Amino acid sequence: MQKIGVFVCWCGSNIAATVDVKAVANAMRSEPGVVYSTDYQYMCSENGQNLIKDAIRDYKLDGVVVCSCSPRMHEATFRKTALSAGLNPYMVEIANIREQCSWIHKDMEEGTQKAMVLARAAIAKVKKNAPLTAGTTPVTKRALVIGGGIAGIQTALDVADAGYEVDIVEKSPTIGGRMAQLDKTFPTLDCSACILTPKMVEANQHENIHLITYAELENVSGFVGNFTARIKKKARYVDETKCTGCGICTEKCPSRKGLNAFNMGLNTRGAVYIPFAQAIPNVAVIDTENCLHFKTGKCGICQKNCSAGAINFEQKEEILERKYGAIIVATGFRPIDASAFDEYAYTQSKDVVTSLELERLMNAAGPTGGVLLRPSDGEHPKEIVFIQCVGSRCSKDAAKGKEYCSKICCMYTAKHAMLIREKYPDTNVHVFYIDVRTPGKNFDEFYRRAAEQYGVDYIKGMVGKVSVEGKKLHVQGSDLISNEQVHIDADLVVLATAIEPDPTARSIGTMLTASMDTNDFFTEAHPKLRPVESPTAGIFLSGVCQGPKDIPETVAQAGAAASKVIGLLSKKELVGNPCVAHANELLCNGCSQCEKVCPYGAITYEDKEVRGPEFRGTKRIAVVNEAICQGCGACTVTCPSTAMDLKGFSNNQIMEEVDAICR
Amino acid sequence: MSDKITKEEILRICNVQPKKCMKCGKCSGTCPAYDEMDYHPHQFVYMVEHGQIEKLMASQSIYKCLSCFACLERCPRNVEPAKLIEAVRLAVIRQQGKNHMTENDVPALLDEELPQQAIVSSMRKYKK
Repeated sequence: MQKIGVFVCWCGSNIAATVDVKAVANAMRSEPGVVYSTDYQYMCSENGQNLIKDAIRDYKLDGVVVCSCSPRMHEATFRKTALSAGLNPYMVEIANIREQCSWIHKDMEEGTQKAMVLARAAIAKVKKNAPLTAGTTPVTKRALVIGGGIAGIQTALDVADAGYEVDIVEKSPTIGGRMAQLDKTFPTLDCSACILTPKMVEANQHENIHLITYAELENVSGFVGNFTARIKKKARYVDETKCTGCGICTEKCPSRKGLNAFNMGLNTRGAVYIPFAQAIPNVAVIDTENCLHFKTGKCGICQKNCSAGAINFEQKEEILERKYGAIIVATGFRPIDASAFDEYAYTQSKDVVTSLELERLMNAAGPTGGVLLRPSDGEHPKEIVFIQCVGSRCSKDAAKGKEYCSKICCMYTAKHAMLIREKYPDTNVHVFYIDVRTPGKNFDEFYRRAAEQYGVDYIKGMVGKVSVEGKKLHVQGSDLISNEQVHIDADLVVLATAIEPDPTARSIGTMLTASMDTNDFFTEAHPKLRPVESPTAGIFLSGVCQGPKDIPETVAQAGAAASKVIGLLSKKELVGNPCVAHANELLCNGCSQCEKVCPYGAITYEDKEVRGPEFRGTKRIAVVNEAICQGCGACTVTCPSTAMDLKGFSNNQIMEEVDAICR
Repeated sequence: MSDKITKEEILRICNVQPKKCMKCGKCSGTCPAYDEMDYHPHQFVYMVEHGQIEKLMASQSIYKCLSCFACLERCPRNVEPAKLIEAVRLAVIRQQGKNHMTENDVPALLDEELPQQAIVSSMRKYKK
């Protein structure tokens, strides 16, 4: 006969207010197999844990049931308690009488009855538990960062400084990301490039950091500590080892049709180009869609003019296969396509621009050399209207737009408005806003400075439509404070477009089996307590890929993700989860169903010698790699011959629980 | 005269949820009949939510709305103010059983630039 101890927690009044904990403890005392049953105010406290430890020793318990909160909260705590008292930690079961009972019931009688049922189910299960021992796996001391923006760069630098090798995979030809495109940064107005480029250089020169630019992740397999990634390095048609970045090829290239993506397509560039002056690596790349050599087989002017002999039209893409212990997602964002909001005439006039386009129009390295000019006719705009929340804060059932607040727009618009009023005092600036949201250090002060010192005209209300009237843009909006409709003849309209995750995020999420929300932002393991980890072990989140955030928040999160990665990589070995699947060799008929549903690729097939009462000989059976299996249980429910079972959650155990509930 | 028309009755007619409104004012920013109205589209949403139905029923706005549905089309929260205005209009017609103006008055008010949709919609405002 087993000796089981039951420990009923009050959780202060969380449980005790709706469940008669003493009655539960008393009732469990008469359950078969239970030799000890008690209640306590806070079982998770040191005193509560000592109560369990003492009972395990005094009553020689071989099974423990704790009736408390969700196992997500304190299962690990109580398993450690059991271990320290010499009991196998997998002989502990939790009956969740808080989330699944006291919190959702109002009636004490009902709550108490249900708590008893849940306790009985846990007792029934623990009777069928077997001691389990977790295996260990080694850790590859190398990290992969996906995305070379400020988030990826910062995470890489922090991990590399701790002494671990880091690879940054960046899909574009240079690192730097969105921050490289920004002119000034709020609320200090320091130049974005001036603070970013030193970090880019540092990443490039760091002995532990390896940049793999113009490359994409093809496939990831493995598990925490032991990932294998296939990386496709696209052909640049320029030999990285030879190119000196002199830029002669980019000047000589006769094709001028390619849109300059760095300048948001506001001007063109050659077919062979270096994205921007401070690009890293400072190596040219050929855009085959616009290159005359690739289109007609002629030209080759760049090749003739390259003194380093770096142009190589025959270059092929390369596949790299590398092993990593941890993967950090830093895929960033892009602004949404404003053409869906055609009431603002984005597709009808060049003088309706997005805020990121305005950054380029104000930047010294931009298409206008830093002089703010209308894209249509190159004239100075004298009347500028900013429209906030374009595509942000839309309801779920609205025809277009995102449900969330993009968070950065209020501040960058205040910055734009302030900079324009500073540089061009004769220009009027109007900002239509729904709410001005400026939580952050020195943020509200910054916004007030724009309104009070720089005379930016903030109008509470939204623009209903923008119509092109000759050279002017007629803006019709509402002023909710004066309760009037406002009409402004503007020269330039700037849309604060919502930001969305980079479109590559979804496929990367699928590759990593990292969960995402409906907006394609990566989900964190816990919204408050584990904000930089994905629920998938070994995957970490850095920057806007997890949710909209500004540069200081991104850098903070990047550092936090790095510290988690360092914590993982510094471990000698990882203790696995012993609750993994295994196949009963006698029952398995080798049908491959489990292999197909396994999301981790943990199941393979082997021909094995089997000796049973009904079968003797060699047959094809499923074999589970216990290091890869995450214990999700998909195989156990798929198996048509009930050969697959999950240790710690066997079919037998689950049925015992159900029986106990139905008794 | 029957009992007062309640907020609930208005909402039952049009199935609009004014609580979804985030008070951005885009409906009023977009409205081509704004200057003709004593209460503006965003005020309809606010006033229905706060039960001020009588004021709206007595207002000129319900006859000035062109039913162009621009507010409904552009509302980021899908609140559909035009439907709300139509519902108040309907409530007046149902309650009074009489017309604000006769159908013979309509042709005189038409002008060439009036959208067809508005003419069709105006017929719903008047008896027969």
